[in-house]
Amino acid sequence: MSVRPNTRPAGHKPPFWRDRAKRALVFQLLLTAAVAVFLFYIIGNVQDNLSARGITTGFGFLNNTAGFGIVQSLIDYSSQDTYGRTFVVGLMNTLLVGGLGVIAATLVGFIVGIARLSPNWLLARLATAYIETFRNIPLLLQIFFWYFAVLRTLPSARDSMAFGEVIFLNVRGLYLPEPLFESGFGLIPAAFIVAIIASIALMVWNKRRHEATGKRIPAGWISLALILGLPLLVTVATGVPITWDIPELRGFNFRGGFTVIPEFLALWLALSIYTAAFIAEIVRSGIQAISHGQTEAAQALSLPRNLVLRLVVIPQALRVIIPPLTSQYLNLIKNSSLATAIGYPDLVSVFAGTTLNQTGQAIEVIAMTMAVYLTISLLVSMFMNWFNARVALVER
Amino acid sequence: MLNKKHWVLLASAGAITLTGAANAATLEDTIQRGAVQCGVSDGLPGFSAPDGDGNWQGLDVDVCRAVAAAVLGDADAVNYISLNAVERFTALQSGEVDVLSRNTTWTTTRDTTLGLNFAGVNFYDGIGFMVSNDLGISGADELDGAAICIQSGTTTELNVADYFRANDMEFDPIVFDTSEQTVGGFQSGRCDVLTSDTSQLAALRIQLDDPSGAVILPDIISKEPLGPVVRQGDDTWFNIVKWSLFAMLNAEEYGVTSENVDDMTSSENPDIARLLGQDGNYGEGMGLEADWAYNIISQVGNYAESFERNVGMDSPLEIERGANALWNQGGFQYAPPIR
Repeated sequence: MSVRPNTRPAGHKPPFWRDRAKRALVFQLLLTAAVAVFLFYIIGNVQDNLSARGITTGFGFLNNTAGFGIVQSLIDYSSQDTYGRTFVVGLMNTLLVGGLGVIAATLVGFIVGIARLSPNWLLARLATAYIETFRNIPLLLQIFFWYFAVLRTLPSARDSMAFGEVIFLNVRGLYLPEPLFESGFGLIPAAFIVAIIASIALMVWNKRRHEATGKRIPAGWISLALILGLPLLVTVATGVPITWDIPELRGFNFRGGFTVIPEFLALWLALSIYTAAFIAEIVRSGIQAISHGQTEAAQALSLPRNLVLRLVVIPQALRVIIPPLTSQYLNLIKNSSLATAIGYPDLVSVFAGTTLNQTGQAIEVIAMTMAVYLTISLLVSMFMNWFNARVALVER
Repeated sequence: MLNKKHWVLLASAGAITLTGAANAATLEDTIQRGAVQCGVSDGLPGFSAPDGDGNWQGLDVDVCRAVAAAVLGDADAVNYISLNAVERFTALQSGEVDVLSRNTTWTTTRDTTLGLNFAGVNFYDGIGFMVSNDLGISGADELDGAAICIQSGTTTELNVADYFRANDMEFDPIVFDTSEQTVGGFQSGRCDVLTSDTSQLAALRIQLDDPSGAVILPDIISKEPLGPVVRQGDDTWFNIVKWSLFAMLNAEEYGVTSENVDDMTSSENPDIARLLGQDGNYGEGMGLEADWAYNIISQVGNYAESFERNVGMDSPLEIERGANALWNQGGFQYAPPIR
């Protein structure tokens, strides 16, 4: 590599405002300084005003005893726990309804979206009707519909609808038997994990063999049998180390078993059904974005319809589907804050509602709540971007 | 380096709007505006609820009317702002309202950490339980395992949890935003029990489709002194609200009513003469005219009139005076003397 001669004489450097890079640097520094001054002003202003009014600030309240009850908690919680723990309880309830909502909305959305393109006239029309109905009614009304019109009209605890004397449905919720695990139970999840690992190995082996020899075995079905069968086999072999805690009417309510509260059911149904209508449209548009020639070409190879979808259309459609799908997931999780309208104890209802009001620390509580939704949304986006990069077509 | 406190504030740039209300001169602002900014409930019969003509009525509303009468000479010069339990303190802190008169319980946390002052107690209350008749329950100690409808953001949420824990019982809290939703939950059978201050239970019970089907249990499980609240840092305004309430109580004690107040101006009783501004000007220290209490009594009435009209025997709630009787009649209501 040769040394490039310096074209300018050393003593005649242009002034810095003629140098584009230096000029840009100066402007960026100025902007940063302006933002910093603005933030500094806001911080000082809020601090002065809060202390002038004798309003307590800081996060110390998180260690104080909360003193109120929460109807549904995934972790141990009593009124003796701290406000910090109410935050965790609310967050987990939000994640529960958000996570289960995303799963249900995706399943229903894909089925309805594909059904809408079905050559079966009735199926396609039913899918269209579903989409047009649920997409065009405000979500809050749908939540109210499920909660007030459907679940509130169920019979009282004493006249519960019983399914086989183990499952009960009434206005207080859905009561299910709860499995209680005895010693030796640890083998069952272990068998489950072993089955999953074996299935993955089987899939990989099958794919390699298919590519090398063109022969293959129905690995999907074998895996399913493995994943379901192996834990079942271990269960029987270890003498069924599970007893069921069956709900039973005692006093006011059913006791024992596992309770799904109606607030959760209403919110989960409404969120899933509403978002599924949007996902169905995204799936439909993704599939239709694939040129019909691709389908025809695949059919010309005499591939059956399910393989045309699975091997040709859907892999290409996913490219189109995943980015808008991410927005729908984010919408669903953020919409779960409507829980507060029907009293489901999510983050907004428990933490930004009761905790805020009992402590009066509005700024801290709202800031934490906003930070949580921001974090969840960014994490979901990151995951979906990663997933998108995985499934995107590798162009050669 | 930013410390922990800075981060809070950084994250809440929205609170910059707080500056708009950093103002200690509530009295001047009120006179200039020509109306008192009064925070009331979202509709609780007897305490604060609009009547058939859309005029706000109630025991809590009368506190705001008394302040307006004292400051502006016109009890009707009040702007009512309806607030739910969660919104109320923020509305007062940010200056949206100047008096919060909304069946609010006086507690240490609220008095000392929210930048607020309680200006007295206009109703001594306690938490009770309402259950459906057909459950056949006669006392709160039989409520183990019950599902209980509670309004969010109230001291009730805390006191009910304390009571059940202290008595080693369990309950499911079903928490709603507004009192209508709690009534809806109770009526549909979502919860066995509706809990709130007993005065509110009386008001909510008459809203039920079948009031006779529900019964309020005799147990009172907590102290709930309800009163008007103002912002800290404006002592003149604090004094005005405090003494407007005291003027109504003193008027009852001395037998001055809205009907006889004009005759009473010539009373020989020195207490009455001072109250009605016939002997000295006791409003001066608050920046008010000498007839401040006269205006309150002639336009709003004394405490007994307000009580009977809104929540007492002349109202559908039919609450007895009980703890809210004057100190010399077996109750707790006691106002310092005007002199």
